[in-house]
Amino acid sequence: MSDPDLKTRLDHLIRPQQVHRDVYTSPEIYRLEMKHLFPNCWVYIGHDSQTPNKGDYITAQIGDQPLIMVRHNDDEIHVLYNRCPHKGTKIVIDRAGNTGKFFRCPYHAWSFKTNGCLLAIPLKKGYENTGLEDTEAAHGMAPVGAMKNYRGFVFARLAPEGIGFDEFFGDSLSSLDNMVDRSPVGRLNVAGAPLRFMHNCNWKMLVENQTDTCHPMVAHESSAGTAVKIWEEMDKPEGTPTPPAMEIIAPFMSPYEFFENMGIRTWPNGHGHTGVHHSIHSDYSAVPGYVEAMNEAYGPERAQQILGENRHNTVYFPNIMIKGPIQQLRNFIALGPDKTLVESWIFRLEGAPEELTARTAMYNRMINAPTSMVGHDDLEMYERAQEGLMADGLEWVNIQRLYEEDEDFTKEAVLNGTTERQMRNQFDAWKRFMLGGAA
Amino acid sequence: MNRDEVIDFVYDEAWMLDEGRFHEWLDLWLPEAVYWMPLNWNQQDPLTETSLLYEDNFMLRLRIERLHGARTFSQKPKSRCNHVLNRPRIVELTEDSARVKTQMHYVETRLDEQQLLALTVTHDLKATPDGIRIAGKRVDLLNCDAAFRSIQLLP
Ligand code: FES
Ligand SMILES: [Fe+2]
Repeated sequence: MSDPDLKTRLDHLIRPQQVHRDVYTSPEIYRLEMKHLFPNCWVYIGHDSQTPNKGDYITAQIGDQPLIMVRHNDDEIHVLYNRCPHKGTKIVIDRAGNTGKFFRCPYHAWSFKTNGCLLAIPLKKGYENTGLEDTEAAHGMAPVGAMKNYRGFVFARLAPEGIGFDEFFGDSLSSLDNMVDRSPVGRLNVAGAPLRFMHNCNWKMLVENQTDTCHPMVAHESSAGTAVKIWEEMDKPEGTPTPPAMEIIAPFMSPYEFFENMGIRTWPNGHGHTGVHHSIHSDYSAVPGYVEAMNEAYGPERAQQILGENRHNTVYFPNIMIKGPIQQLRNFIALGPDKTLVESWIFRLEGAPEELTARTAMYNRMINAPTSMVGHDDLEMYERAQEGLMADGLEWVNIQRLYEEDEDFTKEAVLNGTTERQMRNQFDAWKRFMLGGAA
Repeated sequence: MNRDEVIDFVYDEAWMLDEGRFHEWLDLWLPEAVYWMPLNWNQQDPLTETSLLYEDNFMLRLRIERLHGARTFSQKPKSRCNHVLNRPRIVELTEDSARVKTQMHYVETRLDEQQLLALTVTHDLKATPDGIRIAGKRVDLLNCDAAFRSIQLLP
C-alpha cells in the first residue's frame, strides 16, 4: 500500500523535532488516518467482561468504521462490521445488548449468526438463479481483518493483512499484564459505564498529553494547586490522615524534579509509558486485606514485584492509555479532525477488596469527568491549541525537548521523565502505519 | 419546617448559584452532606461505579475556590448559569427534615457556547438553629449518559 506521493507528503509534515500543524488540523490528513493509520494498527475494541453471555454485544468503532463485538455460541468473541450486507443498515444501535442466537436486520429481516454468517433471507426464492452466492452479501456480516483477546482486552486490526498482534505490541504488553496481575486471580471486569467527555480538538493532542509531564504543575495549578493550598490552611488535629481525594489530586502539583526522576520508557511502534521509577500513584495508602490476598495468590516476592510497579500512563499506539495501578483505560475516539470523544473506563480487580474499585471510581470522577475540575484545566488547553494552530504566522508544533540525534525507535529506551521522546516515537509510528506499517 | 419554607429554600438556593454567590451557597451545606450527580439513570451505587460528581464539603470548597483562582484558565472568561424551576414536589416533610424533588432546566454559558440540561434535583433538608440546611443533594440529568463538553458550574 506504499504510495510514493503520500510518503513524500508525510516526509514534509513530520520532522525529527517538529510536526507540521496540518497533522492536527487538516481534514485531508484526517481522512488519510481513517483510511490508512487506524486500519493498519491494532486498535482497542472493548473488554470481554462487557459481553459475558452468548449473544451479548457492544458497539464500537475503529477510526470511522462502525463495529460490533459479540460473544458467539462457542463462547468466542467476534468483531464484525456493524453493517447489513444487503443495503447497509446498521444492524444494532444500542451501546450494549443481547441479540439472542442471531442478528436480525431491522430493514428487511435478513438474519445472521453471531459469527456474522448469513442465516436466512425472507422469500429466499426470489434470489434463485440470480447469482447471489457470487456476491459479498452472501457471506453475511463482514469480520475485521484480525482480532485478539489478550487477557480480556479485545483488540482488532481492520486490514486483512498486516503486522501481527505480538509484533505490534511487543514488550509494551508488560503494562497490561501488570494491570491484570493486580487481581489475585489475574482477571478484571468492567465496573459500570464509562465517562464520556467530548473535546473539540484533534485526537492526537489527547494521546500526546498522556506523557506530557511538563504541564501538570502549570495547567493544574487551578485544581490541584488550590486543593493543596486549602488542605494546608485547614485546621486539622495532629495526625489527621490524608483523605483519598487529597492522595489522588495532590501529586499533580509535584515539582518538575519529581517528573524528571520518574522516567519515561518508549517501546517500538509508538508505545510508551511514564512512571518508570515511581509515579503519582506510588503513595496511595494500603487497602486492608489486599496485600494479604496478593501474597496468598502469588507468593510475597512476586506480589511485591507486581505491586511495586507503579507505571503512571501507558500509551498504546494509536489511541488508548491505561493506568495499571488504578485499573483505568481511556479511549480517545477520533470523530473528526477537531473532534474527539474520550471514554474513561474503570475495572474491578476480581478477588480483591471492593475499596480498590471505590478509589478507582473516585479517581475517574475527580480527574476525567466532564464535570471534573482537572478535566476542565486540560480541555481548555487542548481547545486553545486547536484554535491557536490556525494562526498562519507559525507552522510547526515543537516536540524536541531532550531530543537526541539519530534516535532509534526500534529499540526500547528509558529516559528522563520530561522528555518528549514518546511523542516523537508516536510520530515515527504514525508515519509508518500511515504508509502501511512497513519499517 | 413548613411547605413554604422548603419551597422558598429550593428557589433561593438556585438563585444564589445563578448570581454566583458561591461562598454563601456553601454555607447552606451541613458539613457531612454530599452533592451527587450520577452517571447512570437510576444509579444506586455512588462508590464503586463512576459518577459525574460525588463531592463532600472539601471538594465543593475546592470547586468554589478554584472558580475564583487567578490561574483558572478555563474560567477566563467566566461561565454563567441560569436555573428555571418547576414547582418543587415535597416527598417527605417533618418538623425538622424534608425531602423535596424539583424539575429544573439548567443553562450554562461561556463565550459563544450555551448548553441546556434537564434535571431532577432531590434535596434532603434539615432544620437547624441557623435555618434550613442541605443534608444531601442529588442531581439526575435527563441525558446523564450523553457525551458532554465541560460542565463547569453547579447544576
Ligand atoms: S438492509 Fe438489512 S435486510 Fe435489507
Ligand atoms: Fe492534565
